[in-house]
Amino acid sequence: MSVAAQKRYTAKDFKSAVKPIWCPGCGDYAVLNALAKALAELGRPPEEIAIVSGIGCSSRIPAYTSVYGFHGVHGRALPLATGLKLARPDLTVIVTGGDGDGFSIGGNHFLHACRRNVDLTYVVMDNQVFGMTKGQASPTTPPDWEGSKLTPEGTGVNPFQPLAIGLAAGANFVARCFSGDPNNMAAILLEGIRHPGFSLIQVLSPCITFRPEQMEWKRVVRTAPVDFTEDAARAARRLMTDDGFNVGKVLYRGSRPAYAHERPARATSLAELEREFSL
Amino acid sequence: MLDQMEGSRAVAEAVALCRPQVICAYPISPQTHIVEALGEMVKSGRLGGCEFINVESEFAAMSVAIGACAAGARAYTATASQGLLFMVEALYNAAGLGLPIVMTVANRAIGAPINIWNDHGDAMSQRDCGWIQLFAETNQEALDLHIQAFRLAEELSVPVMVCMDGFILTHAFERVDIPEARQVDAYLPAYEPRQVLDVHEPVSIGAMVGPEAFMEVRYLAHAKQMMALERIPEYALGFREIFGRDAGGLVRGYRSEDAEIVVVALGSVLGTIKDVIDELREAGIRAGVLGICCFRPWPMEAVREALRDARCVVVLEKSLAVGIGGIVATNVRTALAGFAVAVHAVIAGLGGRAITRSSLAAMVRAGVDGSLPALGFLDLDRAVVERALERERRTRRSGPIAENVLRDIGVVAARIA
Ligand SMILES: Cc1ncc(C[n+]2csc(CCOP(=O)(O)OP(=O)(O)O)c2C)c(N)n1
Ligand code: SF4
Repeated sequence: MSVAAQKRYTAKDFKSAVKPIWCPGCGDYAVLNALAKALAELGRPPEEIAIVSGIGCSSRIPAYTSVYGFHGVHGRALPLATGLKLARPDLTVIVTGGDGDGFSIGGNHFLHACRRNVDLTYVVMDNQVFGMTKGQASPTTPPDWEGSKLTPEGTGVNPFQPLAIGLAAGANFVARCFSGDPNNMAAILLEGIRHPGFSLIQVLSPCITFRPEQMEWKRVVRTAPVDFTEDAARAARRLMTDDGFNVGKVLYRGSRPAYAHERPARATSLAELEREFSL
Repeated sequence: MLDQMEGSRAVAEAVALCRPQVICAYPISPQTHIVEALGEMVKSGRLGGCEFINVESEFAAMSVAIGACAAGARAYTATASQGLLFMVEALYNAAGLGLPIVMTVANRAIGAPINIWNDHGDAMSQRDCGWIQLFAETNQEALDLHIQAFRLAEELSVPVMVCMDGFILTHAFERVDIPEARQVDAYLPAYEPRQVLDVHEPVSIGAMVGPEAFMEVRYLAHAKQMMALERIPEYALGFREIFGRDAGGLVRGYRSEDAEIVVVALGSVLGTIKDVIDELREAGIRAGVLGICCFRPWPMEAVREALRDARCVVVLEKSLAVGIGGIVATNVRTALAGFAVAVHAVIAGLGGRAITRSSLAAMVRAGVDGSLPALGFLDLDRAVVERALERERRTRRSGPIAENVLRDIGVVAARIA
């Protein structure tokens, strides 16, 4: 372990000097704060952490942190982070983004990232809308939301269920939290980061500008009544009766080994390498 | 009917008048207002008989349009920049299958670095995929070209892209003449697909074609574009008869007949260039302009005729073909092969960089006095470039280019991302 890792960090150490340009009241401010707090508690220096994102308001997070950041193209954060993690397995890699980036244009990668179970933590700021492009329905938008000119009569289609789909696809850690409870969020983020394999964390993070009614979320959300399970089937059953507002707890902790761990360790000496090739 | 409106709304009005049956939408700036306006028209019932579908990506948008068009529907979508690039595989598919989809491209730069402002990098990247590409100079022309585009696409069974400058046109409020429905109906016949779902002759579209015929099928796509070179001027004439104004065509000259120096360009920048040409004419410089409205198919003959008598041609391009320079200029040079005309490429306005009158005037004067290089970059800050190159010479670990450059010029990256 490096000398720097002995240092005690504060959340401030993980924020950059760049001031966020989110709308006042946007839920993403609290996500940034909680993430910085979780990283401080993790205790690794900023240079041992990377945050990868796609495009969207939520995807701006890397620039607001002091760790390595990558702001990629819309929907490609997960495969990009996979490449990064494979090249540098020593780094803690976190992926941040929105419901549009992750489940709409990037939906295919989401399924395969869960399946592949690379040791990544995926934090999705779910505001059930495309914020950056000024308020269109996303896959998680309720079917009767009439606020967008693209879907003026509502989408009329069933919303995407990120946690149920993530679980079914093989995510190794599944949780939901609310940006209105930053301390709880920081605790869950930290747990997700520490958990091996692919951790999926859905954060209900209101878009004040295009979904002002989400201000009500603070009254609607409730602490999930039960603690986590290690049984995927039981977690799935819980999700079947879930209305999307049970927050603040980990739902599922799996024990599948993370992708990279399944491969044999790389030879570290020439002699070892020679042995691998001997017949 | 004359009305003051945003360019995007004007295009939506034109598309609605063409009575599309399926519209696919995925938002991306600066295109979104077009499909939003169409979505509202479908909801209000103004645009009847149309399925409007909000999809999960541009790849899906183009694929849905392909499915709809293959089933015999008039299909439309719009995109820009990254969105156009994301649908590339489907673009080739639509062209290869000869499906007459019409799409608006609200021209915007492509990244990295991330940039939402106007240039032609997106459309130019797709110049050879088999779509016809028309470039609008004004909002009125953008509106008019869509009406022509459906006719052209459906007559030849070829997809058509109508390109309009993002923000400069899409977001500008201007007075436009919205045609009457009966005029559009008189101009644009009901769509009669070449391939329909026919119970008596069920076919599977998307055949595998080996070396025995692949070349011929590809050649036919080219042959159809060559036919478009004849149809486009005809349709522009027909358009004038019904609507009483000029729009479209292959190329359009302005004071170019007796010009010794001609500036060639596409899109909205033509307006600024014409103003500059007027000033230079007053100063005694025999300058003119050639606007390219149809970029694909490339109007080889028309360009040759318009430019062969000039002494010098300056092609002002809003895109950069990295590794060679100008795309339009390369096409112009092909058209002028065998003629003693100097052709210069000047790359300008990338990522929304302003193209000013004074810089344009200086460019033309340099063309006249022979000091313009074969490839130039309008208002490129060489000091910034030199600093970045010097950093790379000095140190191997020079870091990310865009972030360094922004730091050099004192801009914080995330503020503009
Ligand atoms: C290929 C491509 N298509 C479309 C866009 C336009 N675009 C930018 S962000 C975005 C959606 C953002 O929604 P979400 O991921 O939910 O993030 P939010 O802004 O709500 O945080 C879209 C459609 C793009 N940048 N690239
Ligand atoms: S548009 Fe919505 S998601 Fe984007 S910064 Fe504003 S409040 Fe946040």
